[in-house]
Amino acid sequence: MAVIRDVIPQLELFQPSTADDALSLLEEHGSDAWVYAGGLDTLDWFKDRVKRPRVVVDLAAIDSMKQIQATSDGIEIGAMARLIDVVNNAEIRTQFPALAFAAKSAASPQIRNQGTIGGNVSQDTRCWYYRDGWTCYRAGGNICYASPPTAMNREHCILGASRCVAVNPSDTAPVLVALDAEMVVQRGRAERVIPASEFFVGPELDIERMTMLEPGDLLMSIRVPSTWAGARVYFEKVRDRDTWDFPLVNVATAIRESGGTIQDARVVVNGVAPTPVRLTAVENAIRGQARNEDTAMRAGDVSIQGVAPLTHNGFKVNLMRNLVKRSIRDEPMLDV
Amino acid sequence: MADYKLLGKNYRTPDLYAKVTGRSKYAEDHRAEGMVFAKLLVSPMPHARVRSADTSAAEALPGVLGVLTPDDLPDEVEAPNEAALTWEPKYEGEPIIAVAAVNEQIASDAIELINLDLEPLPFVLDPLESLRPDSPNARTDGNTTVGREIATIKWSASDLAGLASGEIPMEAEAAAEWSYGDLEAGFAEADVIVEEHSYNQSTSHQPLESRTTMAYWEGGKLYVYPSVQSTARSVGPMARWAGIEPSNVVLINEFTGGGFGGKISGYVHAQIPILLSKKISRPVMMRISRREENAIGRARPGVQARIRLGMRSDGRITALDVHGVGEQGPYGRSGDNMNVAGIGSLCYQPLACRMRGTNVYTNTPPKGPQRAPGGVQSNTMLEPIIQKAAKQLGLDQVEVHKINAPEGQAKFGAPGRDGEQGNVSSAFAREAIDKGAELFNWTERKARSGQRNGSKVTGIGMSLAAYSAGASGVDGLFVLRPDGRLYIQSGVGNLGTGSTFDTMRTAAEGLDMPWDKCEVAWGDSSKHLPWSCSQGGSSTTHAHTRANWAAVEDAVQKIKEIAAGDLGGEADDYEIGGERVYRSGNRSQGLSFARVAQRAIDLGGKFDGHELPEDINGMTTASATALAGQGLMGVAKDNYAEGGRRMSFVAGYAEVEVDIETGNIRLVDYAAGSDAGTILHPKTYGAQIFGGAIQGFSVALSSKWVYDRRWGLAVAKRFYSNRPPGILDVPHEQPMKWANADLPDPFNPLGAKGIGEAAQGAGSASVASAIADALESLGEGNGDFHRTPVTRDMILTKLEQAPIGHDRLTAHV
Repeated sequence: MAVIRDVIPQLELFQPSTADDALSLLEEHGSDAWVYAGGLDTLDWFKDRVKRPRVVVDLAAIDSMKQIQATSDGIEIGAMARLIDVVNNAEIRTQFPALAFAAKSAASPQIRNQGTIGGNVSQDTRCWYYRDGWTCYRAGGNICYASPPTAMNREHCILGASRCVAVNPSDTAPVLVALDAEMVVQRGRAERVIPASEFFVGPELDIERMTMLEPGDLLMSIRVPSTWAGARVYFEKVRDRDTWDFPLVNVATAIRESGGTIQDARVVVNGVAPTPVRLTAVENAIRGQARNEDTAMRAGDVSIQGVAPLTHNGFKVNLMRNLVKRSIRDEPMLDV
Repeated sequence: MADYKLLGKNYRTPDLYAKVTGRSKYAEDHRAEGMVFAKLLVSPMPHARVRSADTSAAEALPGVLGVLTPDDLPDEVEAPNEAALTWEPKYEGEPIIAVAAVNEQIASDAIELINLDLEPLPFVLDPLESLRPDSPNARTDGNTTVGREIATIKWSASDLAGLASGEIPMEAEAAAEWSYGDLEAGFAEADVIVEEHSYNQSTSHQPLESRTTMAYWEGGKLYVYPSVQSTARSVGPMARWAGIEPSNVVLINEFTGGGFGGKISGYVHAQIPILLSKKISRPVMMRISRREENAIGRARPGVQARIRLGMRSDGRITALDVHGVGEQGPYGRSGDNMNVAGIGSLCYQPLACRMRGTNVYTNTPPKGPQRAPGGVQSNTMLEPIIQKAAKQLGLDQVEVHKINAPEGQAKFGAPGRDGEQGNVSSAFAREAIDKGAELFNWTERKARSGQRNGSKVTGIGMSLAAYSAGASGVDGLFVLRPDGRLYIQSGVGNLGTGSTFDTMRTAAEGLDMPWDKCEVAWGDSSKHLPWSCSQGGSSTTHAHTRANWAAVEDAVQKIKEIAAGDLGGEADDYEIGGERVYRSGNRSQGLSFARVAQRAIDLGGKFDGHELPEDINGMTTASATALAGQGLMGVAKDNYAEGGRRMSFVAGYAEVEVDIETGNIRLVDYAAGSDAGTILHPKTYGAQIFGGAIQGFSVALSSKWVYDRRWGLAVAKRFYSNRPPGILDVPHEQPMKWANADLPDPFNPLGAKGIGEAAQGAGSASVASAIADALESLGEGNGDFHRTPVTRDMILTKLEQAPIGHDRLTAHV
């Protein structure tokens, strides 16, 4: 079959107005169905005819999934809340400014007006081989095109490779992991709550998906508990352009201090592995320590233990080390 | 500067409301009765031969109207030129077969049904690879051109002996060479010699509008709706691709979403809807996607060079020696690589200069002119080297540039057959440097070089860029009608620069007509447009101020003759002003322009266009003949003296802040001083200075192709992955600034020159120099990138002294 790109093939489009209807459709069509949120990840796949689902369930008309509300223990963000809604929400800006900043760091203003938080955390990898339709492991083949010495892998992983060397590109995901957020997932009438730290799936577990979501599942909302509300949470993203770019590396670090000593911490990086990576060794190394240059430096050094860079992405090792260091050393500069 | 009523003033161009309200029609907005859509089957390989292509299943699909294959093309094109479709694709994405169907979805489904059998052929992505012994060639007939002939050049093992991998042997065989002065003496006189390898990556044009084209045939005429830079100059190529006379082409293209040199006079792929439409007798719309535009939409040739520069202790550049290897893609001929010293010899006037180079065919998208072809590469590669030499001598960058700057009718470039170099019509480069330095506050600002703020370090850079700025010899045409209005004909394409209208104001200025009583006809060759220059190489401003001024002089003479005939006396006794012609010193004795227009019709002959000058172009003659009898016609060819090659100059000044922990580069501020003569329209002038600079920023900071070397395929195909510039990457804490030297070019009646080209090299080179300045302050050699774009990984790798995964000149990483 000859290849043509950039024209969406025939598909059956459903636009339910309630979550129940959406869940019924997903149940009915199983693995033939594709969940469509903001479309930023989806439309590339469809246009290129690389992913060709028979049925598309567009969630745009389900208002109940767009709400952001305060709960008795934090904030619950509907999966269909747009990134711009997360950026502008007063509760989020007050309690979790790092989350608002991370949402604002994603993509471009136009994309943030369309893209959703649910889509941002569920999005597929941006490995340019995989997305261009190369039949790699992740696409059901038996090779990784990004890892050979002749491959272009500047933006690929330095940690967690397992046949596939693609990275998770989300900017909000590391913050949600750092904030101990939970993903509320529904299938039919059954709801399950998955900690954000367990929501993301690496290739060693399942090489063809990025999250725990399976056919029939719908990510309904994200709960951010008040555990880290008002704490010192640092987020920084390094990218090639400010206009629109995925992270080369980003970092989210939550620290609770008392009397100049770090009581507890969450240190999470993304863009370095197939999933966001919680650096528990770093957390352990800084817990009980004074938050100062030395601690930060040590944290940076610990963060890069066990990395395995590819031909063109050795710089990510230094970048991750430096970002982890800064996230502990520097005051958060959350420009929201 | 002369005191003009219209020129030099801001105004609203007649196309503005349509643009900002979305009413402007671009190529893909057009519709025609019965229109169908074409889609392309393109090559999935970098180089292959089509063994067979079975389209029967595709053609049998309901809704499919026909296919166009290379066999349907009229003539085989002469190598190394490209055809619209080919059985031997030489780059990934090259069109092989087109399918027309009632909609794009069916056309695409049909393409998937084509059974294509390809034989892979050897390919090469990196020019240096093709010059090594026993390496593949991108074309089966050679890897370069020598003169007009396709040839093969391979360096020998002994040429490469002693060089690190990827380095260029200075004296090895080259396809072309020129020099002037005594190079050896130049280097002997130098107090510092800097020698570097440098690489300026290929960058794609990325106009917002792709090269979409709609075409249909009616009454023996071709109606074509393309997205081109030039209007008048695209008619001929369209006619050639259609196999008809230019007089049978109606080209409609009122708005074009940018071109940057990639759509100057059309593009060969317009032939696909033209011929498909003829074959199936239906209008055919061929929309070009971003991915397709990336492949067929042209790119700036990358240049890999070895450069040796000598500088005297007073800052004078005594010698420049360059061996430059260009990346051509598989088709055509470019001279970008030879322009490294070509433009270098203009901007920096080295006492002696040698340029050797080979332009190498590669299996990457075809290359073509992009905004200052070779000039951007020259400035971006040479400026950090000049900066390095100046630093070693403890000299100020601005002073070094002023010492070396061209002035007057400065000579530059390759000597001609007579051994003499050509010269520019005027150069006020020092004045441009001074204007920019003042605006940027250079003297105080340079003290910030190397200043630390936590992990951030500041760098300051400047550059002097130059490029072509004007053509000549085209025609002006307008009619003053009895309704008292001036109807100006513009064959200038509306690619977004404003020159379609800005240059027409010359006619209004010359006749002292209020602009609101002027109408401009443009963007449709059936509107009787005159012969124009190409909208490329920043030619238009200079060319069409000249042409319209020539038409003004023609009209003014005719107006005065009519007045003298009706009111007595000689033509010279009269002058014009306030929409009247009147006897000098007695305004009451005269005629209104409306009356003059009526009298011209009464008189006929030369006055209303029934008699025309013999030296105007045939297109102008046809248009003027169609307009004859409507009023007083101003029509003339520009025969003014040329004085040399018209070149403009832009001095760019940039401040950057580099974060040494993240490699992040923040562009803090940018200012430009220019020499482009008289400014016609400050807003569009500023847009060119800034737009060019922004395009330059992406050369220095982000834009590039990335290719998988094993498979020869592009992996960065989308906007976000090949990273053209965006508005959020522009300095925003303080506005960018510009100032012009305002010294008129003596070889233009209004003193005007173009500005778009030189603006880009000023941006790229000043930012590249500023980055080098910031990092050099951290230790000797830290600023030595000599490779653009300078990306985050390069900075971190350099500062950690970590190994990089490729040679210093490796292409497309």
